[in-house]
Amino acid sequence: MDDDRVTLTPAQAKARRRRSIAIGLFLVALVVIFYFVSLAKMTSGWSS
Amino acid sequence: MSLIEIDDGRAAGATVSLAEPGDFLALMKPRVMSLVLLTAVTGYAMAPATLDPVLGFISMLSIAVGAGAAGALNMWYDADIDRLMTRTAKRPVPTGRVAPESALAFGVALSLLSVMTLGLASNWVAAGFLAFTIFFYAVIYTMWLKRSTPQNIVIGGAAGAFPPMVGWAAASGNVTVESVTLFLIIFLWTPPHFWALALFKMRDYGAAGVPMLPNVSGEKATRLQILLYSLVLVPVGIAPFALGFASPVYGVASILLGANFLRHALAVYRMADGDAAMVPAKRLFGFSILYLFALFAILLCEALLARGLGLPLIGG
Repeated sequence: MDDDRVTLTPAQAKARRRRSIAIGLFLVALVVIFYFVSLAKMTSGWSS
Repeated sequence: MSLIEIDDGRAAGATVSLAEPGDFLALMKPRVMSLVLLTAVTGYAMAPATLDPVLGFISMLSIAVGAGAAGALNMWYDADIDRLMTRTAKRPVPTGRVAPESALAFGVALSLLSVMTLGLASNWVAAGFLAFTIFFYAVIYTMWLKRSTPQNIVIGGAAGAFPPMVGWAAASGNVTVESVTLFLIIFLWTPPHFWALALFKMRDYGAAGVPMLPNVSGEKATRLQILLYSLVLVPVGIAPFALGFASPVYGVASILLGANFLRHALAVYRMADGDAAMVPAKRLFGFSILYLFALFAILLCEALLARGLGLPLIGG
């Protein structure tokens, strides 16, 4: 069976790892943002 | 066996992206984003409404990201002409660091996320306004006007002028004379700012086939247009004070800054034909950035000071 996997160069592997970390941090930031939006909306809803 | 036949792993590997997160950040035009953020925050702080700092921060972040998304869409569409101009040749798409389809996907995803987040954090009037701003910049300006008319940046300038109105709408949910005045300042500032740049980057725009005013109507007509737009801009720059929603400090500053703007515009008007150095145009370009930054920074400081001291917002 042929090995048809793509072999990444060290530079490509490093760039992909950095992109993956950035996407991960972005998703965490989104979760935090929506958490605080929900919290602020609920708080203002309760106070009014 | 594989669904996609790859003869040589190394050759296929050569197509894997080398893009770093910083390249995607560059797609968002961070310097433009910073000016958008300043003007949007100013509109937000000036609006007569009770503000929530958390929702305000998230709303302003959404507007900044929306502006960045529009920048990414612009870089995706304009990659063919960007690679022909010295000012833009090193952008991520023309250099091949980011694939065009990646730039498009990045721009579309951020557009949707920023509009949705702004809608949830503030209101859907502001979110709709942000969506329209992104559409106006990416489609009306980039895809249509930029390559078809020398009035491209006059009409397209509206996209850059909307952020203070979006910020105002995010706080208050409406559009008022005050927010339209902030819009007009940026709208009228854009032509002299960009035509000053176009004067000393004429060859670049000519090589790329972009019909900027100096290439189509000549340097003399452009210099006159710069002066005429500056004559209209300066009174509008003073208008926030004249209409009563900025303090006398702003009034004095806008008069002094406006007089300096006119001095630079007059120097450009008097510039000799075929002046290769274009020093007055470069000076006007540099000063125009300072002018807009200073006007909005003063308005923002006044609004924050009034809120901090618990004073009523002027005109609010």
